[in-house]
Amino acid sequence: MSIATTFSWSLRHAFARPTWTLTEPFAVERKFPRPSDVRLAVDNLNLYINDAHILKNVSVSIPQNKITCIIGPSGCGKSTLLRTLNRLVDTNEGIKISGNVNFGTQDIISAKGSDITEIRRNIGLVPQRPCPLPMSIYDNVAYGCRIHGIRKKAKLDVIVRHYLEAVGLWEEVKSRLNAPANGLSIGQQQRLCLARSLAVEPSYLLADESTSALDPISSKKIEELFVKLKENYSIVMVTHTLRQALRIADYVIFMYLGEVIEQGPANEVFNNPQHSLTKNYLSGAFS
Amino acid sequence: MSVKLKFIEEKIARGFMLLSILIVLFFVLNVLYAVLRRGLPVLTWEMVSSLPGGGFYIGKEGGFLNAIVGSLYIVLASTTIGLLIAIPVVFYLNTYLKKTDRFAYVARIAYDVLFGIPSIVYGAFGFTIMIYLGLRASLLGGIIVESLLIIPILIRTLDEVAKNIPQDLLDSSYSIGSTRIETIGVVVRQIAPAIATATLLSIGRSIGDAAGVMFTAGFSDSIPTSLSQQAATLPLSVFFQLSAPQLEVQDRAYAAAVVLTVIVLILSLSGRFIMNFFSKNKI
Ligand SMILES: Nc1ncnc2c1ncn2[C@@H]1O[C@H](COP(=O)(O)OP(=O)(O)OP(=O)(O)O)[C@@H](O)[C@H]1O
Ligand SMILES: [Mg+2]
Repeated sequence: MSIATTFSWSLRHAFARPTWTLTEPFAVERKFPRPSDVRLAVDNLNLYINDAHILKNVSVSIPQNKITCIIGPSGCGKSTLLRTLNRLVDTNEGIKISGNVNFGTQDIISAKGSDITEIRRNIGLVPQRPCPLPMSIYDNVAYGCRIHGIRKKAKLDVIVRHYLEAVGLWEEVKSRLNAPANGLSIGQQQRLCLARSLAVEPSYLLADESTSALDPISSKKIEELFVKLKENYSIVMVTHTLRQALRIADYVIFMYLGEVIEQGPANEVFNNPQHSLTKNYLSGAFS
Repeated sequence: MSVKLKFIEEKIARGFMLLSILIVLFFVLNVLYAVLRRGLPVLTWEMVSSLPGGGFYIGKEGGFLNAIVGSLYIVLASTTIGLLIAIPVVFYLNTYLKKTDRFAYVARIAYDVLFGIPSIVYGAFGFTIMIYLGLRASLLGGIIVESLLIIPILIRTLDEVAKNIPQDLLDSSYSIGSTRIETIGVVVRQIAPAIATATLLSIGRSIGDAAGVMFTAGFSDSIPTSLSQQAATLPLSVFFQLSAPQLEVQDRAYAAAVVLTVIVLILSLSGRFIMNFFSKNKI
């Protein structure tokens, strides 16, 4: 999309009146083709930030259509790992990476140009701190679709409503879709960011503590949403709430000081941890 | 320090702040008063709506519409050009270059230096180049020199704000697959209030600038109809009339100054209004 079109819709949307044309029930059909091969595997990944060794020999493969929970104490590199998976680490300074991260047949680490944006669309990251874009609630959800070429208002209306309903935000915001997104509460912003990521139909959804600012009821709702989304998406979530991991994880990765200590199906790791560090962490020895 | 002393300390500090506000207000109001007192009584509709007649500068009939229009042409064109150059530069400095980048460092220092250069130097510089190219003083020359003058102002003011755009915000945009250039929409919305402030600053600077346009835009008693014609400007009009010996001509200089002030007021109020409208979304 060119700068001119960016500006033209900035202008148009600044003056747009809230109009909701949709009356009949709707369904969102797939807008972007699904890549044929969506396996995501990390092999022997080492990452340095300014000579600090942040990720050490990380090898994981993310199972498909499952919920993978990454657990581990604060500062162990969970967010950094997620950010490596969709190349957001590029924005950090002094980064040095070695190893392989493969998405299907594509090497994520050496990807260039439009491959990177496709990777990011396919592997969506919901950031740890919710950060709505400086535009209206409607535009926040529609933004991703617009930059990927979907501009028709009727179509966008359907998409926006669908994903806002999916994250349980629709009822709360339907009367103020054109209001600035910064007026939402933190929990609402978190759900908005989730909707924004879902709207571009990623194959993977990387959720970095997406329920940290939510009350128990809303976070249960998000958990239910994740369980429902498993059909079409593979979900990787970071969580500090072990109960949450116990409830919904299919696969668990335990990290400690930049290393993957243990990984495996959830019931094995939770019921029969092999490593003493995992045992300690699960019994609450350190958090 | 006892609690009571702290309290007194705060009172003194507040006193100083109030005092400095009062001092500034005093001078602003004084200037306004001086301008209005001499300018308003002689300001007539004829002055703002007609061109200078034959003997205008010795006190005969006519007005300074030529200067009003010339100034507006130069200010509007140079502000537009300035923004079109400054926004991409700021965008590049802050999203394409890393925070520790050498080039960005040097560029910022260069803009700092340019920021402090007086407009007469820009005028002289523009004049030299125009002579070299065989051009004469013209509207175009004035626009170019004023653009040069305000670009550093725009860049430095916007850059200060753009530096503080949270990385999370850019990341959010990237993480749904937008390229850097697509992210300019996000950046511009986020810094919209700063764009307003910077624009107002530079309008103020360029509309009040006499030295830069003196050699480059020249002066003329008619409204320029093409970029290659000379153009009058309000500050120069004020200057010429003020240096006349006749008292009534000097009074007219004040009338021109009143018009200048009113134009600045209108431009800045509308600038604020427009940008407030766009800044409601800021994170
Ligand atoms: N830009 C950076 N420069 C230097 N060190 C960094 C940078 N970003 C992250 N780190 C370091 O990398 C390590 C991993 O950080 P990361 O954010 O991935 O932790 P985390 O596991 O997500 O922690 P939390 O659970 O608190 O979010 C930390 O020790 C952190 O200090
Ligand atoms: Mg983290």
